Amino acid sequence: MASGSGSTTAITTKGLGKRYGSLWALQDCTISVPRGRVTALVGPNGAGKTTLLRMLVGLSRPSTGELAVLGRAPRQDPEFLSSVGYLAQDVPLYPRLSAEDHLRLGAHLNEGWDADGARSRLAALHVPTDRPVATLSGGQRAQVGLGLALAKRPRLLLLDEPVAALDPLARREFLTTLTEAVADGDLSVMLSSHLLHDLERVCDHVLLLSSSRAQICEDIDDLLASHRMLLGRRRDLTDIERSLTVIKATQTERQTRLLVRCDGPVLDPSWEITEVGLEDIILGYMGQGDVPLGGHLNALEEVR
Amino acid sequence: MSFQLNSASGVPAYLQLVQQIKQALRMGVLKVGDKLPTVKEVVAEVAINPNTVMKAYWELEHEGLVEGRQGVGTFVSRRPDGPPPGTQARLARSLEKWVLTARQEGLDEESIEALLRSILRSSWIEGVA
Repeated sequence: MASGSGSTTAITTKGLGKRYGSLWALQDCTISVPRGRVTALVGPNGAGKTTLLRMLVGLSRPSTGELAVLGRAPRQDPEFLSSVGYLAQDVPLYPRLSAEDHLRLGAHLNEGWDADGARSRLAALHVPTDRPVATLSGGQRAQVGLGLALAKRPRLLLLDEPVAALDPLARREFLTTLTEAVADGDLSVMLSSHLLHDLERVCDHVLLLSSSRAQICEDIDDLLASHRMLLGRRRDLTDIERSLTVIKATQTERQTRLLVRCDGPVLDPSWEITEVGLEDIILGYMGQGDVPLGGHLNALEEVR
Repeated sequence: MSFQLNSASGVPAYLQLVQQIKQALRMGVLKVGDKLPTVKEVVAEVAINPNTVMKAYWELEHEGLVEGRQGVGTFVSRRPDGPPPGTQARLARSLEKWVLTARQEGLDEESIEALLRSILRSSWIEGVA
């Protein structure tokens, strides 16, 4: 058994940062993702998503801070790599080799390689395993890439924009394969994507990076429970900011509309209060890109 | 039993599943003793997070509506409080008739929903007063 296999967190980082020259791709990232979660990694282009994933799998070294993946520091050694699957953005496969060739190759390179599981998944989706992968459709290639990543029987799977180039049906099939693998056992997943609607179905945890910093890292249900939209006549915000965290304020001539984070019910009857979907919450946080690490994350640190 | 998720509603996905299963129980679509689909079956059908399905089943178990039997599955153990399925069906039929009339009178879906909400609100206030 690998040391740290008893760790209850899949990913822990503290003050993690990555600098390219004078440019910070990721800064001061302190997060904790419990095991068994499917985490949506979201944020605008250039927010540091790929940088984070590459550091988690050990392909890139942090400039500052610490990180632990399944309780261990990511390293390019067989024991660590056998527990982590990584599917890069462009699904790197050998174009002239078939899926079957890839599966045989994988068996040589990995212990505990589950080629049969991968074969039966691909067969169920009618993906030809005897043809060069270059001749397959984008959706089929993505399934081969996912099949190979799952054949390792990883305990953490990191997927960088896995469905971006796929049509809706191929996307659904990809996500079904993924959720079934999660249902099968001890597997944590982090996947980056811009397609929030897909993510909301498949994920139960969200990590939002914006302006190279972590703005949110928590369970989606908790996020939905703690955010509300308030709509009312236009007013000064000084009072309300004393009792609530205003994430985003939109003022028109007559009306004020606020996305707020609150721990209890909002009792002021002059507001019309509605629940907010994940997409609106995330867009609200993205809009406040200049704000440093989310206030609640700081608060969390203080509690610890 | 099939599920539908509305992602813009702000209602957590597990609660949407809980509400849909409860509604199926009220309407008599699901009966005491019926087996709920396994987590894997739901996941395979609608591509949602397995933890969401488990959380929904735990919530229903906590409320005493279903019972998980180790290695066998999750079974309906009682209906939610409220009138029997027959009453639900009867009310559904009269509401259907009303909705049909409203449509014929030229109300669109949005105005029907708004009207229903305002009636619910005012009857609640009367009930309280």
